[in-house]
Amino acid sequence: MSKWASRDVISMIDFDREELEELFELALRMEKYAHSRLSLLEDKILAVAFFEPSTRTRLSFETAMLRLGGKVIGFSGEEATSIAKGESFADTIRMLDVYADAIVVRHYLEGAAKYAAEIADNPVINAGDGSQNHPTQAMLDLYTIWRELGRVDDITVGVLGDLKYARTIRSLIEGLSKFRVRKIYLISPPALKPRKELLDILERAGIRYEYTERLQDVIQDLDVLYVVRIQRERLPDPVEYERIRGSYRVTIDVLRRAKDSLIVLHPLPRVDELPYEIDQTKHARYFRQAAYGVPVRMALLTLIFDRADKVP
Amino acid sequence: MSSKPSEDQLLIRKIRDGIVIDHIPASKALTVLRLLKITGKEGLRVALVMNVESRKIGVKDIIKIEGRELSRDELSIIALVAPTATINIIRDYRVVSKFKVEVPDSIEGALRCLNTRCITNKPNEPIRTKFVTISRNPLIIKCHYCGTYYTEEDIEKML
Ligand SMILES: [Zn+2]
Repeated sequence: MSKWASRDVISMIDFDREELEELFELALRMEKYAHSRLSLLEDKILAVAFFEPSTRTRLSFETAMLRLGGKVIGFSGEEATSIAKGESFADTIRMLDVYADAIVVRHYLEGAAKYAAEIADNPVINAGDGSQNHPTQAMLDLYTIWRELGRVDDITVGVLGDLKYARTIRSLIEGLSKFRVRKIYLISPPALKPRKELLDILERAGIRYEYTERLQDVIQDLDVLYVVRIQRERLPDPVEYERIRGSYRVTIDVLRRAKDSLIVLHPLPRVDELPYEIDQTKHARYFRQAAYGVPVRMALLTLIFDRADKVP
Repeated sequence: MSSKPSEDQLLIRKIRDGIVIDHIPASKALTVLRLLKITGKEGLRVALVMNVESRKIGVKDIIKIEGRELSRDELSIIALVAPTATINIIRDYRVVSKFKVEVPDSIEGALRCLNTRCITNKPNEPIRTKFVTISRNPLIIKCHYCGTYYTEEDIEKML
């Protein structure tokens, strides 16, 4: 039995390199089924509980489950709000645990998925909780790097944008820390510098990292540029926001100095930190990254339900 | 031993059954009581001495709690605010056990997380806080749920 069987997926910390590579290998095999059908999970029901809306993540999970022949139940948006008003989170999770074989949880509060996993008997998959963890996003981010560059080792990664609150950053860094990454550049405005918790992950993993405010100073070293949004509400001063927004935008001009092989990733949706003209460059991989979400989640569900040996 | 008992020795001797928390850093006694959730309303007999001389730590506080014996686990969290504290368990006027407090590997229920976006701060949720010790010196604890780090100076705000 694979170590993945019946696992909760709460944080990237809980998975080692071998397990991630097992996931990548299976995701690669799943790619050809991402637009057809593989009847692996016909007897399974996945509950999708989104206490905070995230259309992309929800549709990606639902598509993955449907492609595998499984069924999906769940709620999001207004329905989630009314459920949240009526009963405790713990009781909602207990209810879903009765109906479904696994639960995907998205919540605006940090630690919600961990708490859900303590309550539910069935596996819980964290689809984002507060600004803490978003492990399945990190899994598909790493898969994209592995798939596009052929390796996750010996790469230099730049992470650009809101490094303080962006939920995908922590999980991405945790994931990268499982590999022999050459160096990570943390690029953000001073107000959105990474927190001590994040730097601690890098230090414990012994990864070389450097903080800088300027992308243009490090662009030529990068194999991967990972861009995240800077949200207006994180910066109370609108003048400051406008100034920062302008200087943390990826431009054609700055990409001129990049390696030919540089890939630019983004968890999407984007605002204007990645202008549309970047889409046409050889570096843009964020649409492919988004598309990999389905095979990666198909692989994840297959592993959790312990059906990898049934994949033709 | 000197023939004349010191101030704190007198205090220890007066207790019949209970505990004496000695070598608390000066002025931290009230914080220790808050940490143990002893308010006075429990009806326990509690004596508190602040700023007495100590050979070991210069100036210290002492707390004496009569009629209640706390477990070693309950007492160990004292180390969060009073790392130098020693515990004397008293039965029938005699010290039956004496030990130094040490920050436990995890702290459940005693502290609240200061992160307002942490699941443990959700109203009407049957959840108990839990913190995991990352480092003892300097003190760093981490919320088991949201992952936020806290250091020594945060502890008083978390009570
Ligand atoms: Zn917390």
